[in-house]
Amino acid sequence: MTKKQRKMLIRILAAAVLLGGLLLVPEGTLDRIPLFLLYLIPYGIIGYDILKKAFKGILNRQVFDENFLMAVATVGALAIGLLKTGDFVEAVAVMLFYQIGEWFQSYAVGKSRKSISALMDIRPDFARLETENGQEEKDPDEVPAGSLIIVRPGEKVPIDGIVEEGESSLNTVALTGESVPRDVKAGDEVFSGCINMNGLLRIRTTKEFGESTVSKILELVENASSLKSRSENFISRFARVYTPAVVLSALALAVLPPLVRTLFLGLVPEWGDWIYRALTFLVISCPCALVISIPLTFFAGIGGAGKAGILVKGSVWLEELARTSTVVFDKTGTLTQGTFEVTAVHHSKLAREELLEYAALAESSSSHPIAVSIRKACSKALDLNRVTRVEEISGNGVLVQIDGKEVAAGNTRLMERIGVSCMECHETGTIVHMAIDGSYAGHIVISDREKPEAREAVAALKAAGIRQTIMLTGDRDAVAQQVAEHLELDQVYSDLLPEDKVSLLEELLKSKHPNEVLAFAGDGINDAPVLTRADLGIAMGAMGSDAAIEAADIVLMDDNPLKIAKAIRISRRCMRIVRQNIVFALAVKAVCLVLGALGIANMWLAVFADVGVMILAVLNAIRALFVSRV
Amino acid sequence: MKKTYKIEVDCANCADKMECAAAKVAGVEEVTVNFMAQKMIVTFHEDTDPAAVMKDVVKACKKVEDDCEIYL
Repeated sequence: MTKKQRKMLIRILAAAVLLGGLLLVPEGTLDRIPLFLLYLIPYGIIGYDILKKAFKGILNRQVFDENFLMAVATVGALAIGLLKTGDFVEAVAVMLFYQIGEWFQSYAVGKSRKSISALMDIRPDFARLETENGQEEKDPDEVPAGSLIIVRPGEKVPIDGIVEEGESSLNTVALTGESVPRDVKAGDEVFSGCINMNGLLRIRTTKEFGESTVSKILELVENASSLKSRSENFISRFARVYTPAVVLSALALAVLPPLVRTLFLGLVPEWGDWIYRALTFLVISCPCALVISIPLTFFAGIGGAGKAGILVKGSVWLEELARTSTVVFDKTGTLTQGTFEVTAVHHSKLAREELLEYAALAESSSSHPIAVSIRKACSKALDLNRVTRVEEISGNGVLVQIDGKEVAAGNTRLMERIGVSCMECHETGTIVHMAIDGSYAGHIVISDREKPEAREAVAALKAAGIRQTIMLTGDRDAVAQQVAEHLELDQVYSDLLPEDKVSLLEELLKSKHPNEVLAFAGDGINDAPVLTRADLGIAMGAMGSDAAIEAADIVLMDDNPLKIAKAIRISRRCMRIVRQNIVFALAVKAVCLVLGALGIANMWLAVFADVGVMILAVLNAIRALFVSRV
Repeated sequence: MKKTYKIEVDCANCADKMECAAAKVAGVEEVTVNFMAQKMIVTFHEDTDPAAVMKDVVKACKKVEDDCEIYL
């Protein structure tokens, strides 16, 4: 509870006790004037700030807000009591309930906000710099790139860097929403914002604090919601028209019927009765439930998404996400891991390991990704002295001499060239055929692996109601088709250059219905222009990629494609809550307004229509925060 | 120049009101009020004095929402 909330609670309790005490005073023991003065005490305690705000609002020409409505309604009710009925309870009670509602709202919101900001509290307080005279705690801002820092167990990694010494598990929950810790050892890259769980780490920083992951993320999180959604704009426009309209209607309700009665019908005007109805009308009409709960729902939705490792750059993107009907993926790095791996060895006359060793030796002088992946797959240490002659045939492969044996490693063209018939491979990927001393020795398949969650991710999108899933790739058609078939994607476009991707996306954008949203998910590496061009850009695995953070509207902290469907479900639920609140609040108000105008509803009902609806709407809005089971 | 200020505001709607009011202040290029983080991020025009601009921002915000606090 904040200081403000505690003070308000005391005021509420004091006013409630005083009001209760006054209710015990038997009727008729006090005259109207002293009774009025007595009731003014709890009224003043509970409502002085509302009166002050209403007055200030008038001075600042911000007339029609909820303070004004409450002030007019309660002052009016007091006046009627003083002049006619002698009943002051209602005025005090209306103010009391209004304040209880406000207090409750502020408390609930504060509570839920804390739960979010604690999770988003990834700003490191200090960096432990290693200097000649021991360790020194410094502001992370003052540590230049290339410094050596120490991170003890339990501390946050303050700046991005590379581990020089030590082994540990890192908790990356605040960055990725992923609860499985990541193991790091010397030579591994570490990102700031992770929490070091068990070992002591000595890290060589590679960036300054301002360029580190944690700064980038904080900036993103704190700058969120600068773009307002249409629902929010609708509500604020609505409130601008609605409140003056209601005040005018209330005025008409207070003045016109009595005038009509006296002037045309020859009846008693009953001013007090009609003014009371008008005041009831005012209390009911207060638009708080809407103006408070709608922005709150979006804040909570963005906050909840953030907890799940999904950063949304503004409420408008949450709204767009909910309307998404087509998701376009980039293949490499998004649906696949983006790293080449030896996935199979076929028809080998030798042991798998032996063939790989020959291949690795043959390719030992090359830095081509294929060569690198073969060397990675070979577990033995390579003795380069065994290679006695290397002849590279551009576009075909290499001919080498290893341990005196003639070894050829390359594609089918190379095999034709040396006159060896080779086996075709049924798998897609890059095939490296091997021949040793002129006879075929088998082939090695190298391909980019699908992410383990990719298939499930596409299925989850379908289940969430996405009508079309499309994959774009610069890869060869055969590879693309195989991936698309396995993942059950609807369409696939292959052999695309980066600039082709943009023009293809333009076409897709043109062919879709204008009310539908096309989202593009990529890893930000050379697809930043596409991210920008799509209705909604989703960047995957933001850790370390600045271009993606800049270009995208939604950033997934880890590179798990399942999160796309989760983000869509979160946004849909958020929009559902918004609609529920709009419909519920407007429906209750409409019914109560009619009842109030007819004189059936009294102020007690009016207070429920206002405060009750507001509390329910706020509670409903806060639901948007809890996303773990969405 | 971009600066972040801690704020205290009770309701999401009031935060939006503050954002609108602050955006209209001369010298402010862009402003975001983050209700969940209780922060105000202001980008100032070049060659303006942030301290002077913030004085106007506080005044503008107080006008639309009396209850708000901006910690300079």
